[in-house]
Amino acid sequence: MIRSEVIKSLVPVLAEQLVVCNIGLPSQELHLLDDRETNFYMLGTMGLSSSIGLGLALAQDKTVISIDGDGSVLTNLGTLPTIANNVANNYILLIIDNGSYGSTGDQPTYAGKKTSLTAVAEACGCENVIECQAEEAPAVLQKAIDSQQMTVIVCKCESGNIKVPVITMDPVVIRDRFMKAVAS
Amino acid sequence: MTVSEKMVSDLVANDVTFATTVPCKQLGTVIDLIEENDAIHHVPCNKEDEGMGLAAGAFMGGKRPTIIMQNTAIGVTVNTLVTLTQYYRMPLPMLISYRGELGEPVACQVEMAVHTKGLLEQLKIPTFHFHHPDDVGEFDAILKHTFMCNKPVAILTDASFWQGY
Repeated sequence: MIRSEVIKSLVPVLAEQLVVCNIGLPSQELHLLDDRETNFYMLGTMGLSSSIGLGLALAQDKTVISIDGDGSVLTNLGTLPTIANNVANNYILLIIDNGSYGSTGDQPTYAGKKTSLTAVAEACGCENVIECQAEEAPAVLQKAIDSQQMTVIVCKCESGNIKVPVITMDPVVIRDRFMKAVAS
Repeated sequence: MTVSEKMVSDLVANDVTFATTVPCKQLGTVIDLIEENDAIHHVPCNKEDEGMGLAAGAFMGGKRPTIIMQNTAIGVTVNTLVTLTQYYRMPLPMLISYRGELGEPVACQVEMAVHTKGLLEQLKIPTFHFHHPDDVGEFDAILKHTFMCNKPVAILTDASFWQGY
């Protein structure tokens, strides 16, 4: 399975949850598959999906799922110690790890080579770190939601992309409808 | 009341309840007072762009955020300020120690100081420069201004304001 297939399989689990989605293809794929006011699409700022999601989880009580990529987590590796040391039990970081920078043409990341983000997250002090295969992702994510414990999921999948249109929605519209969904 | 106490008092009075910080000697007392204050949720960050992500999330979660950092961070965070904070129109008071001004003992700090206001001007970020301790009297109005206009706003605090290093 490639990332777009993983996201497609997650749609029923993500529905109704607050989702902060990574820049580029992940946001475009989620937007295409299941656009909702509970989705916050990042249009810029590679690497900050996990940080935005953690800030949101710490600020209110609803469950927050950050969808991130291995390349983006490597860009903002300092996020993992911050997550580990500021536990929010309504927060789930889902790293879709395809070992490549998908949005720029599938160049390999170090996570696809010698570096294990699962081991990095554990070494940073994260307590519930689960590595799973693509096919297991919906069940693992649902279990993490139900556990009400902060969880980091590293979902391994294959590299590859489908053609998806860019998001043309205005950023202020994305933010405004998301904030209304958060507050509702 | 010290300038540090006044700043934290103004933050609380303006319902700023989420603060992310990187360490700073000059702003150290402010950071300590925030850590001790039950009204403000303090999340130390490892890099300032990470902190701006945390602040963006906290804002969307209904809290008023602030970030405390040094002026070198303006060099680090240009992309985040432009494509997150400004693009999505989010308020963010940035309380900044302005290293490299008069009294600075470390020459390298001057290298970033000479670019600080130019970068802020280029980014069209409203900028206020605290040079005398009395300037802290404007902090309350600056916070109100920031949350009125939904922009990142810079408060540069130099060594003269802090009365030395």
